[in-house]
Amino acid sequence: MADTRQRAGGATSAARPAGPEVEVEDRRPRRTWSRERLLQLGFLVPAVVYMLLFFGYPVVQNALMGFQEYTTRTFVTGEAPWVGLENYREVIGSSVFSKAALNTVLFTVGSIAGQFVLGLAIALFFRKRFPLGGLLRSLLLLPWLIPLIAASAVWRWILDKDTGVLNQVLGGLGITDSNPGWLTSTSLALVTVIAINIWIGIPFNTTILYGGLQDIPEDLYEAAALDGATRWRAFRYVTWPLLRPVVTVVLVLGVVYTLKALDIILGLTEGGPANSTQTIATQSYNLSFQQFDFGQGAAAGNILIVVSLVFAVLYLRANRRALDE
Amino acid sequence: MAQRGAKNRTVGAAVLALTAPLALAACGGGDSDGAGGSDGEVTSLTVQDTFVTEPGASYYGELLDACGQENGVTIERNSVPGGDIIARTLQQASSQTLPDILSIDNPDVGQLAAAGALAPLGELGVSAEGISQGVVDANTFEDELYGLQPTTQSLALFYNEDLLAEAGIQPPTTWEELETAAAALTQGDRYGIAFSAPPTYEGTWQFLPFMWSNGGDETDIATPETAEALQLWVDLVSSGSTSESVLNWGQEDVNDQFIAGNAAMMINGPWQFPVLAENPDVTYQVAPLPAPEAGGTVVAPLGGATWTVPETGDDARKAKAAAVVECVNSDENMVDNALTNSSVPTKAELGEQVVAEDPRMQAFVDVVPDLRSRTAKLQDEWPTAATAIYTAVQTALTGGASPEEALEQAQNG
Repeated sequence: MADTRQRAGGATSAARPAGPEVEVEDRRPRRTWSRERLLQLGFLVPAVVYMLLFFGYPVVQNALMGFQEYTTRTFVTGEAPWVGLENYREVIGSSVFSKAALNTVLFTVGSIAGQFVLGLAIALFFRKRFPLGGLLRSLLLLPWLIPLIAASAVWRWILDKDTGVLNQVLGGLGITDSNPGWLTSTSLALVTVIAINIWIGIPFNTTILYGGLQDIPEDLYEAAALDGATRWRAFRYVTWPLLRPVVTVVLVLGVVYTLKALDIILGLTEGGPANSTQTIATQSYNLSFQQFDFGQGAAAGNILIVVSLVFAVLYLRANRRALDE
Repeated sequence: MAQRGAKNRTVGAAVLALTAPLALAACGGGDSDGAGGSDGEVTSLTVQDTFVTEPGASYYGELLDACGQENGVTIERNSVPGGDIIARTLQQASSQTLPDILSIDNPDVGQLAAAGALAPLGELGVSAEGISQGVVDANTFEDELYGLQPTTQSLALFYNEDLLAEAGIQPPTTWEELETAAAALTQGDRYGIAFSAPPTYEGTWQFLPFMWSNGGDETDIATPETAEALQLWVDLVSSGSTSESVLNWGQEDVNDQFIAGNAAMMINGPWQFPVLAENPDVTYQVAPLPAPEAGGTVVAPLGGATWTVPETGDDARKAKAAAVVECVNSDENMVDNALTNSSVPTKAELGEQVVAEDPRMQAFVDVVPDLRSRTAKLQDEWPTAATAIYTAVQTALTGGASPEEALEQAQNG
């Protein structure tokens, strides 16, 4: 044993330049393994710490808050009595909740469907080369670049029942003379908010889907064309299958983003009229930052997190399947 | 897909949720150095307020500097928008970095006092002598005074002089007159009246003078008195005397409509004077809000920012802070403040001085003795009632339920 150590020591100090792998072959693999391992850990630790601190901690804290009576008082005294499921009972039992839950589903499904279909259509359109195509495609990003609060102020002005541009145009064209209350009618407000959210989401969908389309080799289409597959059939049998992984990403990320959409609704209607655009996200915001009931706000938020989590798992599974393929 | 902006706000929320307990944990042990207080010389005080727009921003900057100088301290001032100040203050409370002086909207006093973030002013030798009872109530929590409020603001009826003169209509003084006048003034694209009824505390604030003047009460909103007041609003909308858009209008939007000539009258407050002054073509007058019956009393809610001393645990600093707050609330400064910021001194006896300089303030000065605090009865439970009130207003105005049913539903949550 001592002999080996000596030999190894001698190897590292004196015989290294000559080629240590011959002399210390019994120890070498384990040592490099551990050094490599340390190096790996060294790279991993900052990321893990970062994740735990900035992703894990808030989520855990939010989960805990949902079970606590967490009010303004808590910020001063640090006391947040444990109340079990009371916050959830209050949030789910409130008369707004069923409406907010339904609105969340309609808002998410409506927005995603609209954004995806229009986004894909536009992405396909821009695959064709035509003059100013690049410029137009970059202009399409505009809704994405405008701060949402500014965008919603402009939309409110456009959609105003009496003086808004939209109703004036519609009236001028003789399409309607009754000035629909786009944001003030309980039957129209949610549809309007979804439509504006579609407008906001199109750039994201178009950009990602366009990127996906670029990755599909041109010769596949040529081969398909030789086989007689053009237009719809080319889309159905070439584009769509190859775009599938990108579609999954777009849809899942879209769902997660849309579920928690907050400022567009606050900017347009603040959840009104009469809660017709209230979602679980706006309800959570109201509870936490208007009524200062952070416990109930967290409970509402946690419900959203769980739903998002389901979609995140779907996303990861879909991703893995795509990799396996 | 509202990812970018939504993320900002949720990040803000997450950061608040995140930092609070972190700070609570981190500073749990640091309590001891605050409790006794540093008895050293206090040379500077930190002030946090919500005066981010002119004329208030410059006015309070100068006033605070002058009051600091009077008390031998320099002032480090930090102004944040009104919507953010409570969240900001709560963060500071949890990290024990509260400012020495804090100015907030008066209905927030109850919340912060209940949380234990504010120091009772009585213990610091500050009294609210001479200040109107409603204002004192608004700044009191569980029989302790927590805020000193120099000026107050409330709501009144603004009317377009030319339009009323053209139609030969006198400014309405009762609800009945209001309905007739609003109907008569509604012509073409113009509505008779505009007010603000969004699903926020702003909507509640605008409805309160109608509810209270008719004998309604926030402790029980499902009463015939409150329903009657709500019926008036419903009638104004359903008769077309006002736009359905009131459901979505903030008070600034209402002012814009009035300036654009889309409304002949509006319910608004003196904080709109500076904006109205930028549009000299609009000739307007201000009248008290109409009462339910002739000769009835109008009970309007009491607005305005108040000055508090947060519980920093440092007695020497709190004493200095209290002195500066008293200086901000001196009689002389109250009158200056009122004239600069289009508001009314909270001491009734000073009202005349303001009206002498600015006759438009008469309608607001008149109501000050009857102004009612939003939080006097419910204290820190007020946000729940305020939410129920705007919910009921929205339900009734959209025709979702009759006023009685809407109020009943909203009250039961």
